[in-house]
Amino acid sequence: MRKDDLMQVYYRMQLARLFETRVAEQYMKGRIGGFCHLYSGEEAVALGALWSLRKDDYVIGSYRDHGYYILRGGDPGKCMAELFGHANGCCKGKGGSMHLFDWDINFLGGYAIVGGMCPIAVGLGLAIQYRGEDRVVLCFFGDGATNQGAYHEALNMASLYKLPIIWVCENNHYAIGTSVTRSSAQESMARKAKTAYDLPTSVVDGMDFFKMQNVTERAIKRAREGKGPSFIEAKCYRYRGHSMSDPATYRDKKEVEFWKQRDPIPRIKAIIQHDFDVPDEEFKALDKQARQVLDEAVKFAESGQELPPERLYEDLYVD
Amino acid sequence: MLIDQSDESDQPDWSDRSDKECPWMPKLSYRDALNQALREEMQRDESVVIFGEDVAEYEGSFKVTRGLLKEFGPKRVFDTPISEAGIVGMAIGAAMGKIRPVPELMTVNFAYVAMDQILNHLAVMRYMFGGQVTLPVTIRMPGGGGHQLGSQHSHSPEPLFVHTPGLFVVYPATPADAKALLKAAIRDDNPVIFLEHEGLYNLEGEVPDGLEPGIIGEAKVLREGGDITLVGYGAMTHVALEAAEALAKDGVKAEVIDLRTLRPWDKAAVAASVSKTHRAVVIEECPPACGIAAEVAANLYELAFDALDAPIERVSGADVPLPYAKNLEQACIPHAADVVKAARKALG
Repeated sequence: MRKDDLMQVYYRMQLARLFETRVAEQYMKGRIGGFCHLYSGEEAVALGALWSLRKDDYVIGSYRDHGYYILRGGDPGKCMAELFGHANGCCKGKGGSMHLFDWDINFLGGYAIVGGMCPIAVGLGLAIQYRGEDRVVLCFFGDGATNQGAYHEALNMASLYKLPIIWVCENNHYAIGTSVTRSSAQESMARKAKTAYDLPTSVVDGMDFFKMQNVTERAIKRAREGKGPSFIEAKCYRYRGHSMSDPATYRDKKEVEFWKQRDPIPRIKAIIQHDFDVPDEEFKALDKQARQVLDEAVKFAESGQELPPERLYEDLYVD
Repeated sequence: MLIDQSDESDQPDWSDRSDKECPWMPKLSYRDALNQALREEMQRDESVVIFGEDVAEYEGSFKVTRGLLKEFGPKRVFDTPISEAGIVGMAIGAAMGKIRPVPELMTVNFAYVAMDQILNHLAVMRYMFGGQVTLPVTIRMPGGGGHQLGSQHSHSPEPLFVHTPGLFVVYPATPADAKALLKAAIRDDNPVIFLEHEGLYNLEGEVPDGLEPGIIGEAKVLREGGDITLVGYGAMTHVALEAAEALAKDGVKAEVIDLRTLRPWDKAAVAASVSKTHRAVVIEECPPACGIAAEVAANLYELAFDALDAPIERVSGADVPLPYAKNLEQACIPHAADVVKAARKALG
């Protein structure tokens, strides 16, 4: 990759990371309500997976969706405004943190029922196949989803119909507070998928942008060529608890430290510095740029208002 | 297992309870009327796609999709695994991708397996995503009791769907309405739960050629009368008609209204009738708690309280899971005699 692209990788992951820092601040101030799941630590998974997609490809995912939204190129202001519950948010304040959606970036939803989005991804794949298009669907879900019925129905159907879907399983090792070892009889998500649904699988270090990007690119190519779905298990870690209200007491501090040493952002920075001898100031400039973008995002969110109650019944049905 | 009801359904058969005959009008069974609607909509719009369990090669458990695979090919009519959540979820995603899916669930009880997709996804997504999503999905599912299919194949789940904002719920009683309303449901851009009564598939009725799509949310007065209003839907419409006939023998003129659509339902038409008759019996096949009759009665008390001369009577399905034994099952389903009894009570 060229230096400019690599700097973009650094910038976008940093933007997503700092976005979550702002979200946590705003949450503590009481400006964001409900459940709020931060993506911090998993940036390389989403960015690596999304990097080689086209704009017209579909992306769909779980409720830990701020990262997907920002890394897919969504407007941080519209995202923050949505978390504020304001009408200038991407879903007019009706979705909130767990339910972002934006046709502008073909991000077709964060869904808060674990595994519930998987059959919907199948339908998107079906529509693509029906029209003979060469788009693909990329579906993010967690290790917890692999224990759900809907997930298995979806994987079976996608393989059966050879649909253009890339299943990206973010194995962050915890389904809320229950570790994979205590929730899945098969600890390898890839083996679980491959054994039952006969599709190519890869296990990837999800803390490594390049590995994610590389493996996903191959899966995308395969899907575009009509060869059917692929499955990627990204081994990763979330630095925060399951949500803002979870202090994550079930995890050993040493475990958290282990993963933080693999943090994708310092990692990419070191690689760029090694390969291109980029001075620290250039990174600082990008950090500053990200902070400015986020200042603007918060301002934009603050400038909005909740929809008035008179508009409560809008958007329920098509007239 | 579901029995194959292709043609020779034993009972109950409502075919002797159809509307007055008209000699020059073509007659069609409820099943074939549905089949025609599917065929015509598929001919009209190539984004209409049918999938479900055994809908293609087997032509549907109740043969509603007969001949469609042959006519439209496996791309537009295809079989799925037994994966109800997968079927409904696939319909949602396909609809986002500008397909107009008409999935079939083999029976209403199987819809319960897909309830997460129906209630948590299909019904809420347009609203939850601030109006960005349009989901023109019509889910067809046969239900209702009377065939000794036991507790896991015979439900009347209509209140569950009617309870849910974001859905439309349609339940036709006649072949003509089955055709007109299925056409309307498929063309509608909202998610529609399309309920079909298993006991009505063989019912024959007049279906005019070139029938236009019906109007979702519009009830129909099937029989006029000034003494009491009988409100029904689906198979219960025929129970109401039978009761009206019995009451007529005693000189009571009952007005029969077929709701046809349960969400939205035609409050104005029912209130107008009650304003004229001052009495009402509402018949539902489902158990009474939070049911269709409760919903209709509550609204009538709000809309037409002053017009009422007697409390509104409800005739409901029994408040138990449907049993297998014929006598017990029949004891669960409202019959004309129950309606006559309720009407007499209302008439004082």
